Amino acid sequence: MVASEAAFRQDRGGRTTDMTDLHTIPEFLDRNATAFADAPAYREKEFGIWQQWTWDQARTEIEEMALGLISLGLEIGEHVAVIGRNRPQLYMSMVAVQCAGAIPVPLYQDAVGEEIAYVLGHCSAKFVIAADQEQVDKVEEVRDRIEGLRHILYLDGRGLRKYDHSVMSSIATLREAGRTADRAEMDRRRAQQTGATTCVMLYTSGTTGKPKGVVLSHDNIVSTALASSGFDHLRQTDDVLAYLPMAWVGDFIFSIGQAMVTGFCVNCPESADTTMQDLREIGPTYYFAPPRVFETQLTNVMIRMEDASKIKKAMFDHFMAHAKGVGPRLLDDEPVGLFDRMKYRLGELLVFGPLKNTLGLSRVRVGYTAGEAIGPELFDFYRSIGINLKQLYGQTEASVFITQQKDHEVRSDTVGTPTPGVELKIAESGEVFYRSPGSFVEYYNNPESTASTKDAEGWVATGDAGFIEPDTGHLRIIDRAKDVGKMANGALFAPKFVENKLKFYPDIYEAVVFGNTRDRCVAFINIDLTAVGNWAERNNIAYASYQELAQHPRVLATITAHVEAVNKSVAEDDMLAGCQIHRFLVLHKQLDADDDEMTRTQKVRRRIIEEKYADLIEGLYGDVGEVYTETDVTYEDGRKGKIKATVKMCDAAVVPVTGKALEAAE
Amino acid sequence: MLDTDTITTPDGRTIGGTVMDLRNITLRFGGVEAIKDISFDIREGEIRAIIGPNGAGKSSMLNVISGFYVPQEGEVWYRGKLRPKMKPYEVAQQGIARTFQNIALFEGMSVLDNVMTGRLGHMKTNMLSQAIWWGRAAKEETENRAAVERVIDFLEIQAIRKTPVGRLPYGLKKRVELARALAAEPSLLLLDEPMAGMNVEEKEDMSRFILDVNDEFGTTIALIEHDMGVVMDLSDRVVVMDYGRKIGDGTPDEVRNNQAVIDAYLGVAHD
Repeated sequence: MVASEAAFRQDRGGRTTDMTDLHTIPEFLDRNATAFADAPAYREKEFGIWQQWTWDQARTEIEEMALGLISLGLEIGEHVAVIGRNRPQLYMSMVAVQCAGAIPVPLYQDAVGEEIAYVLGHCSAKFVIAADQEQVDKVEEVRDRIEGLRHILYLDGRGLRKYDHSVMSSIATLREAGRTADRAEMDRRRAQQTGATTCVMLYTSGTTGKPKGVVLSHDNIVSTALASSGFDHLRQTDDVLAYLPMAWVGDFIFSIGQAMVTGFCVNCPESADTTMQDLREIGPTYYFAPPRVFETQLTNVMIRMEDASKIKKAMFDHFMAHAKGVGPRLLDDEPVGLFDRMKYRLGELLVFGPLKNTLGLSRVRVGYTAGEAIGPELFDFYRSIGINLKQLYGQTEASVFITQQKDHEVRSDTVGTPTPGVELKIAESGEVFYRSPGSFVEYYNNPESTASTKDAEGWVATGDAGFIEPDTGHLRIIDRAKDVGKMANGALFAPKFVENKLKFYPDIYEAVVFGNTRDRCVAFINIDLTAVGNWAERNNIAYASYQELAQHPRVLATITAHVEAVNKSVAEDDMLAGCQIHRFLVLHKQLDADDDEMTRTQKVRRRIIEEKYADLIEGLYGDVGEVYTETDVTYEDGRKGKIKATVKMCDAAVVPVTGKALEAAE
Repeated sequence: MLDTDTITTPDGRTIGGTVMDLRNITLRFGGVEAIKDISFDIREGEIRAIIGPNGAGKSSMLNVISGFYVPQEGEVWYRGKLRPKMKPYEVAQQGIARTFQNIALFEGMSVLDNVMTGRLGHMKTNMLSQAIWWGRAAKEETENRAAVERVIDFLEIQAIRKTPVGRLPYGLKKRVELARALAAEPSLLLLDEPMAGMNVEEKEDMSRFILDVNDEFGTTIALIEHDMGVVMDLSDRVVVMDYGRKIGDGTPDEVRNNQAVIDAYLGVAHD
């Protein structure tokens, strides 16, 4: 480690000149394989041990794959789909595809056959790199519908022995072929590449409509990765844990963009179930998680504290209360009294340190959350125990970064200031526009959408409504522009604001608030089966299914209390006091991406939910006590079924609204 | 005498010659005849099922195959040799491993340690050097741990590697038992009701693992199972037992259409 750090420092001296010469990911790969040859590039836990690839080994493996792909007939500019969980070989295969002059298209590994068929057809993929039998099966299922698909490459050959191997082969065989191939053709293709060459195509999950293929160039990725790495002083010795879907732009930027540009190490968990254990073992120094992951972690901590002994619980409560006031101030280098400082130290020793260790966050220097607004309480919890958790705002079309929070300027209610190189403007309508070196080239084969999103001067519409705070220059996002509305009395309606407050309660997994153009707001709620199930067990409440637990009178009473508390807090906001929830129900099923109710990145699809459960919404606005409903569901293996349920409607007390909300709206 | 022809199954696997030949087996417990004059064989690389109603003598049959029971009459030929009376560990050394109908794991030990016990037959160093972790013992344990990790990876139980078995749900315990049997790298694997008490999803998982074991390692598998759907899907050949007698033997299709089998399962009117 020490040697490679020294190498890096030497390199950093000459880096300014270097950077102007390096435009593409394959070029950075070469730089890393020379400058940090023996430093770890990838790690993966397999067979119970962390297996490691150095940058030198990674380059060899990538080049073998690239040569193999060329010998299989891959042409410049063709698309290669990559589907599977986060594994070093799959990351390397994406870079290999780039080295061969083609374009990688990562897909969500939990996508069902239909979604895969759409994407493969849309980009007319010629090759698919699949992780295992499960993914191969999904591709095989739709294969006859995809014209031009020539070959499937798989990583894990288990169970595939009997498949027709004239149309598929293993990555090991591919590398075998690459080892003996002539590298002249690859070098020729790489020499042709410039910053304008397409680096990757990513499909946006899209909260509405079919996914669109976002084309990002090497310039987009490299310039964004350089700017953001510089912003947070990322180092070659940093470690990240790659556990988020490879098809998501964030993972591409962190695990390929920034990793290549700074040369840090990408660690892959052993399996999805062991991610939290692996997180503890690796102890990443740079960590990204969507709010939901932080939420789940906090829920687990809280559940375990409930079960802890009285003394431990009292100690936890006492020091957490202290940390809440002192922790964030310490992080921001604000003056803190000596006594408070000492007490925080003691808390660090007794509570925060062990807690961070349990969460796997002991070494985190920079932590980010994005994707959805994060509840302030949740955000403050992590900052109070000394984790430098910050927010960023971004989207696929921007190669992630639009705004980021600077150290010492971190707040839960804003998303920070523009990332270096990004310009911002707010349109008349309140919608946020940006222009940056990272903004996408186009939507693949979709000039109309490209034109309606990105104008001739390069300004890109985000689809989010927000404003820039005059004194600090921080951007605040209110909600999706199309979700923000007006209530019947003219007051502002921003569902996300209320939903986030609800979701901070560990018992509530998801919430959807309705009320646009109506006279009052109502809500759907999904309970968190882990948290509520644990509570039910401790209180001796028997239940057979999610559905039964969701309708249990005591669960409904608990949720009512939460909703009423949220109403109190919403009433304190002058602008949004009208969004208090008058009636709500606890849904009889969990909202699920397989039923199209959520995107693969776990964002609710409001319109679809509104249509699908129209009967329940009517019930909430009516005066009936319960509604009988039947809902179509899709099971994980693609079979369809129906859930029948009688859902109870619950009333919640609201705080009377003074005239302020209306005045503010006007 | 032994059949050494190979057969290719419709799904492309090769089934070799006879591995185990059971000839006219009769097993008595006092006056009870649990198995009456049964003969059948198990071929290399096949999945052989033994089915039958409760009390038909299936588990006794499996215990005869595993060498735990020695039949009063009849001969057991294994790999071309008449098998003498043996101790269970001697059977294990011959490459036969099994799982149990009632899970027989060490509840207080971790999954990893349980699976490691499956490697005992492969460890040559003595207890003393293992205890003081000296010389070959350390190297040997590393090698065996590597083999165990391959099995853990294969059966996808990484997440519970360090969990004490007593805390696991039933379906996972069954999988751990299979892992322990596989760790012994058997050439003949005996499964006693691998899917008893499982829900549909767990059964699907277990079926997949059984097929994969057979496919990946070429392991010959003999299994007892109640679930007819599972048996018919999984196995190459089926032996049907009823009241200690063999009433059918053949491919799943042949067995399904066998009148004696239908009668045994659905019952017949006695008039």
